[in-house]
Amino acid sequence: MQRFPCPFCGPRPETEFHFMGEAGKIRPKTTQAISDAEWATYLHSQRNEKGTVREVWMHLTCGEMFIMIRDSVTMEVLGTETLRKDAS
Amino acid sequence: MGAYSAWSVFKEGLRDGRGWRQAWRTPTPKKHYDVVIIGGGGHGLATAYYLTKNHGITNVAVIEKGWLGGGNTGRNTTVIRSNYFYPESAALYDLSVQLYEGLSKDLNYNVMFSQRGNLVLAYSEHEMEMAARQYNAMRLNGIDAELLGPNEVRKMAPILDFSDTARYPIHGGVNQPRAGTGRHDAVAWGFARAADQAGVDIIQNCEVQGFVMEGGRCVGVETSKGEIGAGVVGAAVAGHSSVIADLAGYDLPITSYCLQAFVSEPLKPILDTVVISPAFGTYVSQSDKGGLVIGGGLDRVPSYAQRGNMPVQEAVLGGLVEMMPALAKVKLLRHWGGIVDVTPDSSPIIGPSGVDGIYLNCGWGTGGFKAIPAGGYLLAHCLATGEHHEISKPFNRSRFETGQLVDESAASGIPH
Repeated sequence: MQRFPCPFCGPRPETEFHFMGEAGKIRPKTTQAISDAEWATYLHSQRNEKGTVREVWMHLTCGEMFIMIRDSVTMEVLGTETLRKDAS
Repeated sequence: MGAYSAWSVFKEGLRDGRGWRQAWRTPTPKKHYDVVIIGGGGHGLATAYYLTKNHGITNVAVIEKGWLGGGNTGRNTTVIRSNYFYPESAALYDLSVQLYEGLSKDLNYNVMFSQRGNLVLAYSEHEMEMAARQYNAMRLNGIDAELLGPNEVRKMAPILDFSDTARYPIHGGVNQPRAGTGRHDAVAWGFARAADQAGVDIIQNCEVQGFVMEGGRCVGVETSKGEIGAGVVGAAVAGHSSVIADLAGYDLPITSYCLQAFVSEPLKPILDTVVISPAFGTYVSQSDKGGLVIGGGLDRVPSYAQRGNMPVQEAVLGGLVEMMPALAKVKLLRHWGGIVDVTPDSSPIIGPSGVDGIYLNCGWGTGGFKAIPAGGYLLAHCLATGEHHEISKPFNRSRFETGQLVDESAASGIPH
């Protein structure tokens, strides 16, 4: 079993994590008119890269979401980043 | 190259097989083809074959970065079925089953399609109700189906756990008698040989590295063996669909995952049908060599690594042992993974890519093998006429924009 590093809890078994989606997708502003194509792209299109990927994952046991950078071919984890900003 | 037959096998047997010739050529690519197909798996080769057979287009190249059938065509669990819920899917997958039924004769190559049935098990009252719903949907779609009680299931597959101590007793199931298994490599090789004989150039070890564009239209591909001009391009590259899309400049609603499969040591005949349990997330059949061919759900991590991870192995094999406790001590012989292209509605994408001159056959997810003849048949129709066949119309990529999805993820047996 592979271990993924939660930036809050440290390395934990991969079954504790859930893939949420690709990082960097921005929801179109729904206060303005959005074309069907734009909305469909936001909902469904994926970069689905071969190689280095930036993804949002959730550590189910602590409930925190974070960014994981990994290689989709070798499955090596290259780093993680918290999504939380420092309160200060 | 003569036709294969019982007589030719006998004749060659008498002279040590010296008369056999290679089944297809290894040509150097021409400067230009009417149609270039990317991907020398089942779908790509079938597309080439049906272009020659149905449309009389023979100036065709199939470009494969590795070797024929080295991707998912050689990595699947060989199940062929059309027990789908929605009429659109049933029409698509049953076209495939019908083509498979005549394929060995059509290709003059034994693809060993064995219509041994596909039995979806129900382990609770609720699952039994869903089984009845599935049965009704199939009958309405014109697909053969049988709703079975526990005794009938026992007759079909006595190796299942019918003991009093079974944790989950079997309530019944739905069988599709015309479903079954085929010989996956033979499907690739048969299509390759028949296409080659009709004049198609199959170019292996040739990777597509870019597209040649002219006035917004794709007019060729750049490959590791140089530039090849194309009247029109078809892409049938399964798990690598997004990689090709990125090179050509269109986007796709696809996520690539690893799907694992397993085969056990050879056993005496214990199972002469395909059994699948949605509750356990496991399905199994027995090959002609005696090995149990076992499959299950997807890995949970998006991946281009053609190998799986442990948690899914545990779930699939645990499910198998729960279904058939007699197999607990059977050893595995091999285990492998393939990269599948999963769409939001678990239905394929066939038709225009969004870039002029490039057509798609992708998004089959976990069930591409069963669809090979239909996928080839329908993509060939698109490439030859520029228009959809009636059956492939609902699978155009525009459905993600209109919202008219063919959502088989909720209707199929195994979680996608």
